[in-house]
Amino acid sequence: MLSILKTLWLILLHTFRRRETVLYPEEKRRIPPRWRGRIILSRSPDGKERCVACYLCSVACPVSCISLQAAEDEYGRRYPEFFRINFSRCIFCGFCEEACPTLAIQLTTDFEMSEYVRMNLVYEKEDLLIDGPGKYPDYDFYRISGLAVKGKGKGEGDEELPPVDVRTLMP
Amino acid sequence: MTTASIHIDGNAYSVTAGQSLLRACLSLGFNVPYFCWHPALESVGACRQCAVKLYRDEKDTRGRIAMSCMTPVTDGMIVSIEDPDVRKFRARNIEWLMLNHPHDCPVCDEGGECHLQDMTVMTGHTYRRTRFRKRTYRNQDLGPFVNHEMNRCIQCYRCVRFYRDYAHGRDLDVFGIHDSVYFGRHEDGVLQNIFAGNLVEICPTGVFTDKTGKRHFVRKWDLQTAPSVCVHCGLGCNIIPGERGGELRRIRNRFNGSVNGYFLCDRGRYGYEFVNSPSRVRQPLRRDGRGEHHKPLRSEEARALFADILSRKGRVVGVGSPRASLEANFALRALVGPEHFFAGMADTELALIQRQIDIMKIGPVPAIPLGKVATCDAVLVLGEDVTNTAPILALNILQACRNAPMARADALHIPRWEDRAAREAAQQVKGPFFLITAHDTWLDESAELVFKGTPDDIARLGFVVAHFLDEDCPSVAGMDGDRTDIARTIARSLGQARDPLIISGPGTGSGYVIDAAANIAWALRKNNRNARLSFTVPECNSLGLAFMASQAVDSALAAVERGAADTLVILENDLFRRTDKDRIIACLNACKHVVLLDHLMHGTASLADLVLPVGTFAETTGTLVSSEGRAQRFFQVYAPQGDIRPSWQWMRDAMTVRGTLRGASWRYLDDIIAAIAGEFPELQPVIDSAPPGAFRIKGLKVPRETHRVSGRTSIHADTTVHEPKPPDDPDSPFAFSMEGYGGKPPSSLIPRFWAPRWNSVQALNKFQSEVGSDLVGGDPGCMVIEPNTGEEPVYRQSIPEVLAPSGSLVPVPLYHIFGSEELSMFSSSVAGRAPCPYVALNPRDASRLGLSNGDEVEIAGRWRGPVVLRAGLPEGIVGVPSGLPGTGAGITGGRVDVTKVTS
Repeated sequence: MLSILKTLWLILLHTFRRRETVLYPEEKRRIPPRWRGRIILSRSPDGKERCVACYLCSVACPVSCISLQAAEDEYGRRYPEFFRINFSRCIFCGFCEEACPTLAIQLTTDFEMSEYVRMNLVYEKEDLLIDGPGKYPDYDFYRISGLAVKGKGKGEGDEELPPVDVRTLMP
Repeated sequence: MTTASIHIDGNAYSVTAGQSLLRACLSLGFNVPYFCWHPALESVGACRQCAVKLYRDEKDTRGRIAMSCMTPVTDGMIVSIEDPDVRKFRARNIEWLMLNHPHDCPVCDEGGECHLQDMTVMTGHTYRRTRFRKRTYRNQDLGPFVNHEMNRCIQCYRCVRFYRDYAHGRDLDVFGIHDSVYFGRHEDGVLQNIFAGNLVEICPTGVFTDKTGKRHFVRKWDLQTAPSVCVHCGLGCNIIPGERGGELRRIRNRFNGSVNGYFLCDRGRYGYEFVNSPSRVRQPLRRDGRGEHHKPLRSEEARALFADILSRKGRVVGVGSPRASLEANFALRALVGPEHFFAGMADTELALIQRQIDIMKIGPVPAIPLGKVATCDAVLVLGEDVTNTAPILALNILQACRNAPMARADALHIPRWEDRAAREAAQQVKGPFFLITAHDTWLDESAELVFKGTPDDIARLGFVVAHFLDEDCPSVAGMDGDRTDIARTIARSLGQARDPLIISGPGTGSGYVIDAAANIAWALRKNNRNARLSFTVPECNSLGLAFMASQAVDSALAAVERGAADTLVILENDLFRRTDKDRIIACLNACKHVVLLDHLMHGTASLADLVLPVGTFAETTGTLVSSEGRAQRFFQVYAPQGDIRPSWQWMRDAMTVRGTLRGASWRYLDDIIAAIAGEFPELQPVIDSAPPGAFRIKGLKVPRETHRVSGRTSIHADTTVHEPKPPDDPDSPFAFSMEGYGGKPPSSLIPRFWAPRWNSVQALNKFQSEVGSDLVGGDPGCMVIEPNTGEEPVYRQSIPEVLAPSGSLVPVPLYHIFGSEELSMFSSSVAGRAPCPYVALNPRDASRLGLSNGDEVEIAGRWRGPVVLRAGLPEGIVGVPSGLPGTGAGITGGRVDVTKVTS
């Protein structure tokens, strides 16, 4: 008896509390920056595609919803010829972001992706690529990798010595 | 072979004494990390990675660290692999090796199948502690096959040891001093050695990677693979083709201890691109009349048209193919009837190959498995340019040459696996290797003695050698003193050898040469039961086809010419490579219908009325018989798109429509294989060359895809979001799927080499019964020729006459590893290495004829090309390159006049 009265009292109190329900979509909630929403491909600070088509996101994906094909430009820089995410399969686990060695693939705070046609949830590279560096403003993979690309010769990267001169006899 | 009992981490094991401890540990299944050691190259102790702890006796608790690759196994040895000190040593060592290794695994083609990655993970090194800057190198352009990224080098020296010591290459070396040593050429340029592609697999990291693969790169885990057999020469090397997205991406070696071992030649490794070639026939084509263009046709229409053509009461003949499977050839034979079936090669070539088969069959000398050539200690090559017609045989001959000089290392009690010391002991001494050929070859400098002459000279010298070995052999009249001395030297060396080997083949176009080789081998056999014989053949199924046909292309054309046939069904063959061009055009025009089943658009295809698209080796399953008589199954790697189907299915369907032949009952490939075995009792072993299509392990098929293949739900998502059902494959025990039996399948069904913690090709260690020896369960393939070893040989008696000197020259075909083979020339990387047509002359002959370098000449009225002076060509011979695209059939036999073309 007492417990019933107590319950009724508590419920009565709740009618005077502040409302928790958000009137979405008129009202938007604040999403934390590490939210795992729509996946994007970012660019390095110099504006080039960050993705080097290493296939690690695709192999890390538990639902196998990422596929791509590697290609190489005339200067040796790798990029994805196509990059496809089937968001109708994506579970937004973020493994791809964790696997990405170049910080190219990032999950964003956008989650509003409903479609009437499943086919519209298949995103190609043009749909994924954004114009900025995303969450990591400074990172540039090719500055710290040993590979020569356009604008960076051998030994010109960060923490690199100038190329070895094979013909020198100096100790 | 004595056995030794050794204790590893407290457990007793019994292993072969005298081998290196590293090999013993790996054979026992222990994961000892290593870099510089390789099962084929053995030990040098360069990387210090394979450290283990050795204890003096049971009381010794401290032990000492030693390199297992440099330590021989002795009885009673006490070893620890897991001791904390030695584990720490290995982790520190790899940290040193990684000091300068660049941070570029994501863009490295080796990533995911990198021995360095595997070993780093295995030893537990994870974090770079050094604060100093990394060393860098400039790369070199090494040609169309191999990509160079020197930053990744860990200085294990495997590349130069393979390239220089094993493959006798000259143009790759190590330069520089102390911590800036450099592995490369003295300047940018194409790697000249024809085995350079093996650097891709030899290099434990990504310094040397596959340049053709870069154009369509995917990681190892995404490749769909199946065991296959190389189609670019007659040796039958085992390969692993990898496919993704309907495109063949690369070829990797598939170890077979009895065949190719660890290595492939560059033609085999890089010829694969013909499968993706724009010249592929991908849909049925027909043309309504002569001179019309081909028009595409729907598959059902093509099937009906094919059946209709065959049922029009025509007189049909079928031309088979030495590059098509046994099953496809047999289906054609059944379609047209045995008496109307012709082998798709020149009649002379068929005669030579059947002569070889006879020699191998009647015995008593058996053909040597390719993988055992390296164990021979004396080699005689008679007439064949093995470097260009059977490259891996040449590589194995080079190893055989080392065996006799190694006796010195044995005398000094240096184990042969201690590679550097053993080579030092043997110095540059050449083993008993004799070359009797029509022209200079790459092997010349490795040979103890080289003789050059016309094919008839070669045969005559061979007969003299045989006569010296056994008086019962026919002797040759009128040999000069020099040649007699040469023959005596060769006969003496071969007679003294423990495992002598005679190699010959149809390369010179002379049957006498083959007979002479047989006589030598048989004469040797009288005193030495280890004598072995090896014959090469031109194409991947030349031998198999020779079992099925008694006539060849020239006879087929003759049948058309005399009106006995008016419909020609050609299987996977470009007739213009077989015989005279004008004759073929006349015959094709004389036929009412010409049907071609092939995968590439070539000269014959453009003249065919109906072209049916068939699968290449990567898109079909079938059996090939290699030059040693080994039947080997190659399995379909991927399901082709469009109307491409296996040849036998087109023909089976035509037979079904006609409702006449037993072909109607051929539901699966195994039905044809059973029919082949029924028709040809000697091809019975074909059934056992691999498990049948119904084979299951624990009720499961073997998956073609790896367990971690990616992108399944998105790779087709641009066309449909409903994942298509993978195609069925009733013809093989493989599934187009990642699902299936996860363990190790039988040796003939290994789709790739992978083991937990071993992602690189070195995972192979886990598939061998002992590291470096055969695969668990025996090497794949079944011999179809079992010689009658008890038989007393009947020596061949016909010896070629000496021709009177004349102004005419003897034509000799010159083979090119890149250029002479049809399919690989559709691969852009291989085609780039091929020569342009030319005519080779000895400078003295040229000056006699008033010709100089570059003059345009004509031979026998049909072969044209610029003169190239070649001092290595003996006088009296004109060298004509064989099989270059557009040049038609080669010229062999007789004598020809070389005339200058004045335009």
